[in-house]
Amino acid sequence: MAATTVAEKTQYQGQMHLLQKELMGRYFERVTRAAEQGEGKAVYMLISGNPVELIQAFDLIPIYPEIDALQLAVKKSALPFIQKAEELGYSMDNCAYVKADVGMFLGDRKTPFATIPLPSLILCNYVGCNVYLQWFEHLAEYCDGQLYNLDIPFLRDPSGHPSPEDISYVVRQLEEVIEICERLTGKKLDYARLKQIVSRSSETEEMWSRIKGLTKNIPSPFDAYFDSVTMMAPLYCLRGTEEGVRFFETALKEMEEKVRMGAGPLPEERFRFIIEGPPPWPYLRTFRDMFSKWGAVAVASTYSTVGGLWEFGFRHDSNHPLESIADHMLQWNVTNRNFLQRYQQIRRYVEEWHADALVIHSVKSCRLFSAGQGDMREYFTKDLNVPTLLIESDLEDPRYFSEAQLKNRIDAFFESLEHKKMLRAGAEAGGVA
Amino acid sequence: MTTVENLVSRYREPLETYPLELAADWKKMHPDKKLVGCYPVYTPFELIHAAGMLPVGVIGAGNRLEIAHADSRFQSFICSIVKSTLELGLTDKLKFLDGIVFHSICDPARNLGSVFTRNFPDLMVEYIHFPQNMTSPHTIDYLMAEYKRIGVSYEQLSGNTITEESLRKSIALYNEQRRLVRELYAIRRQTPQNLSTVECYVLTRIGTLLPPEEHIAILEEAIPQLRRRNEKSKDRIRVVLEGSFCEQPPIELLDGLEAAGCYILDDDFLIGWRWFSEDIPTTGEPLRNLANAYLNQSVYSGVKHDTREPKSKHLIDKFRDTGADAVLILAAKFCEPALFDYALYKRALEKEGIPHLSLEFEEKMWIFDKARTEVETFVESMLFD
Repeated sequence: MAATTVAEKTQYQGQMHLLQKELMGRYFERVTRAAEQGEGKAVYMLISGNPVELIQAFDLIPIYPEIDALQLAVKKSALPFIQKAEELGYSMDNCAYVKADVGMFLGDRKTPFATIPLPSLILCNYVGCNVYLQWFEHLAEYCDGQLYNLDIPFLRDPSGHPSPEDISYVVRQLEEVIEICERLTGKKLDYARLKQIVSRSSETEEMWSRIKGLTKNIPSPFDAYFDSVTMMAPLYCLRGTEEGVRFFETALKEMEEKVRMGAGPLPEERFRFIIEGPPPWPYLRTFRDMFSKWGAVAVASTYSTVGGLWEFGFRHDSNHPLESIADHMLQWNVTNRNFLQRYQQIRRYVEEWHADALVIHSVKSCRLFSAGQGDMREYFTKDLNVPTLLIESDLEDPRYFSEAQLKNRIDAFFESLEHKKMLRAGAEAGGVA
Repeated sequence: MTTVENLVSRYREPLETYPLELAADWKKMHPDKKLVGCYPVYTPFELIHAAGMLPVGVIGAGNRLEIAHADSRFQSFICSIVKSTLELGLTDKLKFLDGIVFHSICDPARNLGSVFTRNFPDLMVEYIHFPQNMTSPHTIDYLMAEYKRIGVSYEQLSGNTITEESLRKSIALYNEQRRLVRELYAIRRQTPQNLSTVECYVLTRIGTLLPPEEHIAILEEAIPQLRRRNEKSKDRIRVVLEGSFCEQPPIELLDGLEAAGCYILDDDFLIGWRWFSEDIPTTGEPLRNLANAYLNQSVYSGVKHDTREPKSKHLIDKFRDTGADAVLILAAKFCEPALFDYALYKRALEKEGIPHLSLEFEEKMWIFDKARTEVETFVESMLFD
């Protein structure tokens, strides 16, 4: 088992990663200018099913506290902010994204990547996650920004779709958001411009969707978890802009080229797995290496569908901009779908993306994702016979990452998977009756 | 006449061993009736009742049920009530129910609804998304549509039609029940020495398990007796309690809190069953009245995010109106809504200089010394400061 002895760090860089760095760098410069020079107005929003098109149409700056929080974790500077929030009364058991963000927000809002401006509008797009409501309720108490709860009814009908009343409720609220933005900017909504932005979103989504389809290839040209997260920031911060379109053109070209060359993110693809749950941002690289050493590549992930689920066909529609924004928020993202719909999403991934296994990364902070994942494991192992690994850590709080324990569990899982693979190969070759 | 003492001692025991026993027994006596379990916090009970069924509060399993299966489905960092409710289902203790309804109160409760759907195919599992936009003029239309949708589901389950007339009658009946519970709470606010927290709790909790008519009769018998009580007030501090709106603390813990030296003038136990501060109008369009009451006549809660006024203001108003000396935050372990609220409450209470103590509990806990000592220390610091 030579693969298990590889210890050196693997390189995962490509052109797409470099361009992402450049574009996100520029986005954070804009964010900092807003904070430090008062250039432009900031709208706080949440990632799940975000309606960024509306914000772009008013030239407002979208700020996602989730992205700020995860950047803090990646830069290993989240813990002091988490502890500060805990001193203020937040519990050990509260979502650490919120704690890191609140700790940062109540200081000078300077981070290693940007200075975060105060919000002119706190737009709580309540898409699935109940903590969103609390998070923005708290931020609104800590500053003067106006709070608007954009309420998105959860998918609860057995049909799996929103009702006509759900859709019209959301569209009416989007119209109210437009009125607020008009007051905020002193400008009327330019409807033609909105249509153009929505059309760019749709272009972006088409390319993103094709990129995600490429991981059906064997070997997969990139890792649909660890590399997808690189593409997610541009997807949410730059969707609807020309820069965003350019980024996805570059990424698509790069990935198609890899498919032509038969290249993947690792020297050899030995296992294909689906991964469920957000990543452990404070130890992303360490976590990735635990899979890489086994030649294990994620070919699909639920986390990459938080902001939008496009690989099953949905596109924004410039002929019906508001209705399609509503549709996106209501049903075309993983967070507003019920738990059993997520089982079915994963099942499709396992089948259509030809995966060997499912890895469930259960994070304490995000109960939307994690609550009940033991039942999910039950379904995949007992009902579908899919080898499933359930591991626990956190998406933000470094105190919950137990490296040795995770490593043991992952090693044991892939070892047994390898064993099964060998037996199967032996049976096929040897013609055991 | 049944005395309050007898009522409380009769009902307390089953509430502690198997809280659903009263409802399960009732079903045995009325095998033709259908029962719909209601997970916390609030649900429009009237819709279930108007369809000819009995709404039953499925509000945890108390501290005597061993969790043997549910903890492999829900992780260690998920609150007790989610696991105990699933355990009740997995051990066939919810068989007497025909349906169960969950609500958009938090992420674990919502996922629990899905887990129920998958694991109990014979049970009707419903889910209500309550609106969190309390300012839009369009919200009422949404909520009415939601109630209509859920009503159709109840009609299918019961085989009965919900008419305007039946809904109006149910609203009037639950108005009466809620009015009497408000009276009970008013007695406790004014003369806490005459009605202990446990008595008040037991008298309220049985209303989640019995037909409203029966509960009303019990309260009508109990309230005049309580009014006649004339106990001497003890040297205790007076507190309002906040944070137990979903999972319920063990009854012994409530005993312990009072014995440690405080009168609890008001609390948010079983808050969904006393959701309205006044009667819902019985004239006009009943469905609209029910929806409008949710938006404009309901109490504040950790699971309702009303941007019109901060929650902490409501808590401080309650503190002032009751004339309490302090606030006691009693949040369920791992309950994110309550734990988040605490950060806001703490800030506001400190700003106003209001003494407060924060404790965590679990429904499954059965050792109360630590909580009791903490309350005693807090009480002493207030009495002798």
